[in-house]
Amino acid sequence: MTCRVAVIPCSGIGKALGSVTREAAYELCDNLRPDRTQLVALSKLVLGEEQARERIQNSPAVTIDGCKQMCAAKLVRHSGGTVVREIAVFEVFRRYKELKPEGIAELNEEGKQLARALAGEIAADVDEITKGGAHA
Amino acid sequence: MPDLPQRKAGIVACSGEELPEGTVARLAALKVLHELRPGNTVTICLPLFLAGGEGDRAFARFHPTITVDGCELRCAARGTEMYSGKPAASIVVKQLAAAQGVGVIEGRRSLNDAGKRAVDVTAQRLAELVDRFVGKRDTRGATTELVVLQPSGAKVAACSCGTGVPTKTALIDGKPVEGKE
Repeated sequence: MTCRVAVIPCSGIGKALGSVTREAAYELCDNLRPDRTQLVALSKLVLGEEQARERIQNSPAVTIDGCKQMCAAKLVRHSGGTVVREIAVFEVFRRYKELKPEGIAELNEEGKQLARALAGEIAADVDEITKGGAHA
Repeated sequence: MPDLPQRKAGIVACSGEELPEGTVARLAALKVLHELRPGNTVTICLPLFLAGGEGDRAFARFHPTITVDGCELRCAARGTEMYSGKPAASIVVKQLAAAQGVGVIEGRRSLNDAGKRAVDVTAQRLAELVDRFVGKRDTRGATTELVVLQPSGAKVAACSCGTGVPTKTALIDGKPVEGKE
């Protein structure tokens, strides 16, 4: 396995929690750990796109799902990937009940804060997965 | 005369996270669903065609479905056809935006001005297609032209996005199987 963790959000389109998964993935991959993560579009795995499947099969995967259907986790496994951290945002939300996400096209500020908090937690996991320790 | 379900157009967006055009596809779909044609459109998360149940996979067989993709891979269009049914129409944001001359789309997390223009033109094109397939009605729900499916005795299979797909039979290995009451 390479040390670049694949990050796959569900980006669910029906609920605000789906938008939280997307926002958290961007925060993690663009800002917090750009050199240790790679964002993989879930739609490519639906299609079975070969390059996306190879990336999934050759990297540890972190999935971020917005609802109990857990589409991202299911599709990564379906594509032959290894899910090393499976996150359900509705469970994370229980620990941040003051941050109630609203809005799908445009998350409210609480939703964005929840996404940032979630991204921070995953960043620590990424450090552990990649044995990187503290990140500069 | 029993109340039959209003026929609604299905919209399936790729929501591709890797490209700004994927964000355009997602936001354009949401604009149609929430602002332009809220009364006669429904959606479903694309991955549910694989991760969900038969009720989810019935989506495009029940709703005339318009797919909107960010790029030429056309994950939403091809995925919908593979697992649910042939889309009634499909849009590729990159092609439409180029044809409309909206400029270079940037910012997958936060779109630039060209990206916002692309959302508007894509949503407008989607709305036109919705009108073509299920008729046009205003946002208060008054129908000006109505086409109704006739799924007598249809049940509703719940979808995680909150929509329902009325369905009575499921296809298992290509054979129709009656659903339980």
